[in-house]
Amino acid sequence: MSSNGRGTVEARDLVLSFGATPALRGASLAAAAGEIVAVMGPSGSGKSTLLHCLAGILVPTSGEVWFDGRRVDTMPEARRSGLRRDHFGFVFQFGQLVPELTAEENVALPLLLAGVRRPAALTRVRGWFSRLGLDGLEQRRSGELSGGQAQRVALARALVTKPQVVFADEPTGSLDSLAGEQVMDLLVAAAREQGTTVILVTHEPRVAAYADREVIVRDGRSTVPATVATSS
Amino acid sequence: MYDDGVSVPLTLLGLLERESSHGYDLKRDYDTYFGRGRPLPFGQVYATLGRLARDGKVVISEVGPGVGPDRKRYVITEVGATEVDSWLTTPVEPEPHQQTVLFAKVVLAMMLGRPAEEYLDLQRGAHLQRMRELTEVKRTGDLVDALLADHGLFHLEADLRWIELTAARLDALAKSVRP
Repeated sequence: MSSNGRGTVEARDLVLSFGATPALRGASLAAAAGEIVAVMGPSGSGKSTLLHCLAGILVPTSGEVWFDGRRVDTMPEARRSGLRRDHFGFVFQFGQLVPELTAEENVALPLLLAGVRRPAALTRVRGWFSRLGLDGLEQRRSGELSGGQAQRVALARALVTKPQVVFADEPTGSLDSLAGEQVMDLLVAAAREQGTTVILVTHEPRVAAYADREVIVRDGRSTVPATVATSS
Repeated sequence: MYDDGVSVPLTLLGLLERESSHGYDLKRDYDTYFGRGRPLPFGQVYATLGRLARDGKVVISEVGPGVGPDRKRYVITEVGATEVDSWLTTPVEPEPHQQTVLFAKVVLAMMLGRPAEEYLDLQRGAHLQRMRELTEVKRTGDLVDALLADHGLFHLEADLRWIELTAARLDALAKSVRP
């Protein structure tokens, strides 16, 4: 957990439809600072929509989204955009690296967008390459990286600004078991070290098992499973 | 954790195929690689070695001075080596687990009109909790620990897939089990 308590996120009773199709029908989720929460559920259940609302990418029709005591869903887009740039990191199923840029430039992108000068940004980036086992790949473009390598570059890009919250949407969905495991090991280790809150959308139980706890989303509604003693 | 019933005699024979050994060393190696928190009692080691010797699968190559079973050095025989080879090259019986406790609970709950979905939710939570424990073992243990934890994780994941599919089929199941 983060010692300064920053990085709390909460969704309260969110409702959102895409046209006539309801995506969220009263979904809630609260994550404490430094907590890793897995959001699970079947395809189309609304788990990615919930993540996008928490991250200020989508705005719910009703309900509230909070980040560190600030109401996010009522902010104008410019402020939500600033929040995403300055406080959040993102990892998606397909790394979504900019193909024209080198791996190093991809990781530096959030720093450059935040106004860090290029030499300083590249210096900060290089530490992440060795940390994530990417030494020697700095000048490669995304087409020259394996799926696992590209996803680790995406992970570095999400973490390089030391965000308070990382939103990860099926971060291992396109990887084999071993590469997925490496990505999760690195994500969890970095998040624990930096006290970063992680909201992890996944339909894979083995990925969810890296989280501190899970929230299940089904038909746009969330449930928090009760903890029980096992019996046969 | 699933228990595939590790065969102590065959595992000891396998260790002896690697090199001849004393009972004490066999126990140590067994506990290191296969015991995983359940050490083999000395009594079981020597009783097993005695049976293997009786059946001609091992022989005692030397008995050192002094007393005590640890003075004996065990060597695998051709019969023993053949058995190890046969065991290693025969696939383990795939177990379909068609009559699990969970299956029985779900069907009974539906028959009795009880909330099967809640039971499945509780079971999902229990499975994920165990998976978190095994994931932590993987993250902090050595490669042998990770290998064993993976075995448990994949089995638990298979159960969870069944739980998800069953949860999605509860309405149809209710119609088929209720008169």
